[in-house]
Amino acid sequence: MTVSGAGHRGLGLWAAALAAYAFLYLPLLIVIAYSFNDSRLNAEWVGFTWHWYDVLLHDADMLAAAGNSLLIATVSSLAATVLGTMAGIAMHRYKIKALTFMAMAPVAMPEILLGVSLLLFFIQILNLTLGMLSIVLAHITFSIGFVAIVVRTSLAGLDDSLFEEARDCGASPWKTFRHITFPLIMPGVVAGGLMAFTLSLDDFVITFFTAGVGVSTLPLHIYSMIKIAVTPEVNAVSTLLMLLTLTMIVLAARIAPNVLRWKT
Amino acid sequence: MSKKHAELSPAARLTKWLVSGSPFVFLLLFFAAPGIIMVLASFRYPGEFGGLAPLTADPGTLHGLTLETYRFFFSDLIYTEIFFKSLLVALATTLICLVMAYPLALLIARSPKRSRDFMVLLVILPFASNFLIRIYAWMILLGPQAALSLMLNGLLGAFGMEPVHLLFSPFAVLVAMVYVHLPFMVLPLYTNLERHDPALLDAAQDLGANAWQRFWRVTFPLSLPGIFSGSVLVFIPVMGMFAIPDILGGTGDMLIGNLIKEQFLGTRDWPFGSTLSIMLTIAVLLFVWVAAKLGSTRGRYA
Repeated sequence: MTVSGAGHRGLGLWAAALAAYAFLYLPLLIVIAYSFNDSRLNAEWVGFTWHWYDVLLHDADMLAAAGNSLLIATVSSLAATVLGTMAGIAMHRYKIKALTFMAMAPVAMPEILLGVSLLLFFIQILNLTLGMLSIVLAHITFSIGFVAIVVRTSLAGLDDSLFEEARDCGASPWKTFRHITFPLIMPGVVAGGLMAFTLSLDDFVITFFTAGVGVSTLPLHIYSMIKIAVTPEVNAVSTLLMLLTLTMIVLAARIAPNVLRWKT
Repeated sequence: MSKKHAELSPAARLTKWLVSGSPFVFLLLFFAAPGIIMVLASFRYPGEFGGLAPLTADPGTLHGLTLETYRFFFSDLIYTEIFFKSLLVALATTLICLVMAYPLALLIARSPKRSRDFMVLLVILPFASNFLIRIYAWMILLGPQAALSLMLNGLLGAFGMEPVHLLFSPFAVLVAMVYVHLPFMVLPLYTNLERHDPALLDAAQDLGANAWQRFWRVTFPLSLPGIFSGSVLVFIPVMGMFAIPDILGGTGDMLIGNLIKEQFLGTRDWPFGSTLSIMLTIAVLLFVWVAAKLGSTRGRYA
């Protein structure tokens, strides 16, 4: 703080900021704490237990949903990484406005709109039975933009003369890409892929509309559980999920430090 | 690309087509086409068993194109009412987020450089938890047996007032809306505030402005672009939200998102659901347009 005499306001600022941090963290800390609570009610602390994690590990529906989520996230993030990297390169190099719009709009618009329009499209036009395939296609659609942003950011940091030089030395576009562009944007690509994986794993709204009746994912299963009743098993699965996403974010941040700034 | 490469070699042209063509076709198919289908669907009749009615059918049944769903939307006040309620909730959420985010963003921007990244990370980190978990946390916190409810109702009881239900109320909806979207306001604000030149504040102080004046005359006007982009980032998702009212709201707390969900998955009146979705799109675009206009004119003024 360069302005002197701001002591009062400095204090008020700290108090307001601490309150905001507390507001952000307290609810999550309570979820985590109660996952170890030896009580069926999420109301008061009784004693420590691993019981809810044990329940979780023996919940066949939950495990099946988790399996589906991992499968969907793996497939959709791989496809989104390839398509998103292409889109990022195209947006940076060819500046195709329509592509930029189509990649970025799903990121910006209310999720429910993409969800219902895809539901309409899958059933009415493609005559597709909703399930794994429709979920994967939907997840690729909203993930492309996120990967493209990260890749475009990595490209923007590169020196264009590098590519011109490669071309002048007679390198084919593919060779230039493989030996120069790709190694340089690799961190961005991997970080984008991890982000797509996390987004897919976490998505509720779009999955809700494109899943149909047969297939459940972890968020869908959690939703149906909390619609019925509050149970500490949800706290346990929440805690594990937080741990997993946290790991993914730390990984993405390690690989491409500027990625966190782009997540929002 | 510089001019000398304007004429691409065949190989380069092929690369261009492949690289931009693949995501282009995918998005055309799974983003643009569904959007267009939805616009068309809003002018169709609902099918007998849900979905859409065929375009051509036996005489006597409803088929073809119609403005019926739009007429229906404006004919029944309940829909416009839900629409305005959603607008109100979105505006209130945006405002509360702004009031809560501003001091935090200001503090981060004025902290020493080395601690800024960590403080920003602390704002993003709650994002690492699933969206539903963040809503679920408030089910616990606002539950009738939770400390907050017990304390509040104890207090109300002491004054001889009726106990209140925090959960399944508009209050719970608003709290969770703010909770889920707060980081969207903090980050653009911080990005803006971080760029302010501290010399401006020093100059203002030398001219005799007190802390209050320095904030309202210098910092605040300069931060308007950050405020507008944060507002857009909060307003858009809140406007389409259905999960929070669904989980934390009462029966009367339905918003436009819930109405759309109901049309597509409940009553299966897809034409009306499409109409509502288009209304939502228009509302969101209008808000973005206004914010962009305000952002550019105010930005110039500042």
